[in-house]
Amino acid sequence: MITAGIDIGSITAKAAVLSNGRILGSKVAFTGYNAQQAGTDVFDDLLKELEMDASSIEKIVSTGYGRNSVTFADKAITEIICHGAGAYYLNSEVRSIIDVGGQDSKVLAINPNGTVKDFAMNDKCAAGTGRFLEVMARAMESNLDDFGILSLRSGTPSKISSICTVFAESEVISLIAKGESREDIIAGIHESVASRISSMARRVGVKEPVMMTGGVARNIGVVRALEKALGVSIEVSEFAQVNGAIGAAVMAVKL
Amino acid sequence: MTETDKSKGSKEMQSAGKMREIMAGYYIDAKTAEQTGKKVAWITSGGPVEPLIAMDIIPVYPENHGAMIGASKMGADLCQKAEEMGYSGDLCSYARADIACSLVDGGPIGGLPKPDMLVCCNNICGTVMKWYEIQARYYNVPLFIFDTPFCHTEYADEAKKYVQRQVEEYVIFLEGVCKKRLDRDRMEEVGRLSVEAQRLWQAVLDTAMNRPSPMTCFDAFFHLALIVTLRGTQTAVDYYRSLLKEMEQRVADGIGAVPNEKYRLLWDNLPIWYRLRWLSEKFAAHDACLVADTYTSSWSMSLRYTKDEGSFLDSMGEGYARAYINIGVDEMIKIVLEMVDKYDVDGFVMHSNRSCKPYSLGQYDIQRAVQRERGIPSVIIESHMVDERSFSESQTETRIDAFMEMINQKG
Repeated sequence: MITAGIDIGSITAKAAVLSNGRILGSKVAFTGYNAQQAGTDVFDDLLKELEMDASSIEKIVSTGYGRNSVTFADKAITEIICHGAGAYYLNSEVRSIIDVGGQDSKVLAINPNGTVKDFAMNDKCAAGTGRFLEVMARAMESNLDDFGILSLRSGTPSKISSICTVFAESEVISLIAKGESREDIIAGIHESVASRISSMARRVGVKEPVMMTGGVARNIGVVRALEKALGVSIEVSEFAQVNGAIGAAVMAVKL
Repeated sequence: MTETDKSKGSKEMQSAGKMREIMAGYYIDAKTAEQTGKKVAWITSGGPVEPLIAMDIIPVYPENHGAMIGASKMGADLCQKAEEMGYSGDLCSYARADIACSLVDGGPIGGLPKPDMLVCCNNICGTVMKWYEIQARYYNVPLFIFDTPFCHTEYADEAKKYVQRQVEEYVIFLEGVCKKRLDRDRMEEVGRLSVEAQRLWQAVLDTAMNRPSPMTCFDAFFHLALIVTLRGTQTAVDYYRSLLKEMEQRVADGIGAVPNEKYRLLWDNLPIWYRLRWLSEKFAAHDACLVADTYTSSWSMSLRYTKDEGSFLDSMGEGYARAYINIGVDEMIKIVLEMVDKYDVDGFVMHSNRSCKPYSLGQYDIQRAVQRERGIPSVIIESHMVDERSFSESQTETRIDAFMEMINQKG
């Protein structure tokens, strides 16, 4: 059976195609202003890449904040269930999932059969999300891709106490003025993100093996900082950013 | 509240029209009290109203008014006005809305009538003490503070004596303001009517034990008004007697509030007053019925402590002191688990209400206990009950959808 999943997030739209339990391909594109268009485009572009026709896709599930904008999907399922399904598909031993996206972070507890047991979301503010890192990378004049690697260079992270992303940016600027080292500040930024997420994770309960998903999982600095904060090792798949779309495709099989 | 979806059978309860009529009459009486020579007392929602009824004083509830403000979506503006006056945005949105309302005569009924006295019982929180002190200064009227010590697990002897002493002082206070004695026979009659109304209210809530449930917690939020405001009157008894009959008829006819009731849920904390229809439709679309809640049942919880012997005045203290949010979290957990079993509930929806610290503090512990003891899932949604600036629809929708998908997965 061939299914597709489309995950419309705040920053990026993702698509994935699954065929008889195998990932045929996936794609990431910017969501931009029009969620519906983003969903259509990322899906069409992926099909083109895979040299497939839309008619060969039997079922489509949409997820993410823009899930209800994907009018051609057969069903819309929340990203909580889809991230659970995706991570379980990638590693059925997984019992805790930490998903950090553009505008929210979530922690999921997974049952041995892959269903979601409990979840918590931090959707009240951008602290601890991709948006926070974007703002900080700009403030530090750093490339977002290098940001995580730079954070690993310091053994003495600066303390950033502000909860609010905007205030934290001001705090970072004053640290720069005080002469704290660039690596220390960047490390402090990553610790701040990890601290936000880890307290939420502890509330749900963390059970190993733990997997991190979502775009921010590509940031090695956050992964390491989270490992340190939680005292566990965290698995990151190459498909971390498209995990939601993969999970949606998995859920489509069950429709 | 149940005016939605007429296509699915008789959704609007007949009693609803009667309730609106009674509440309209009640507020008109309150606003014209000066002309009719009656006294008006502002009282907190958990305060001892029976002596007021017995003294023929009209009780007015700024908190009930706050709910009306929320339901009319006038909360954000009034709360903002209070902030302009210098009150913190973190304060209870009932308090902020009421304080601003007094100044501008805002809200859906043009403001509350000026009080002749204020009665503040802190069994619901400590904020009410400062709120009522503010209003006492503003209106320059006498204030009675009824101090109910926190009951962690028990109602200690010292607390009992302390509370009983205040009941006596309360009567003296009322007699002083009204310049007349309390008729003790009338007091017993009012006490009897109060207990009867509470029994009827609990019986109404108990009809939700049926499958399908004839009502949802959203109906309960609406029908709650009289047991809060006019407890101790014949009006309240008559109303709940007829509402009970209507519910029992719905049960006999197999009419469910949610047409395809598949999941039964328990609600915790106060309502999100400005989003009741949205919440009701959202859950109904998932075939979920919120069969019970910890809030509306609080007004019949004192039945646990009602004694058949002795005078009402002698025994009412314990019921007031042991209000649901004046007891320890362990005790709250016991009550929640009781309700989970009694109403045969599949999931727990907890409203983390920024406006109510005593109700919201300890919610994570309660959540954990419910998960551990009953294995049922729960979801937490956040807001300020009357200030819609703190509510985020998209985020709340995601949480509710994910929660229902989780319950669905369990099968």
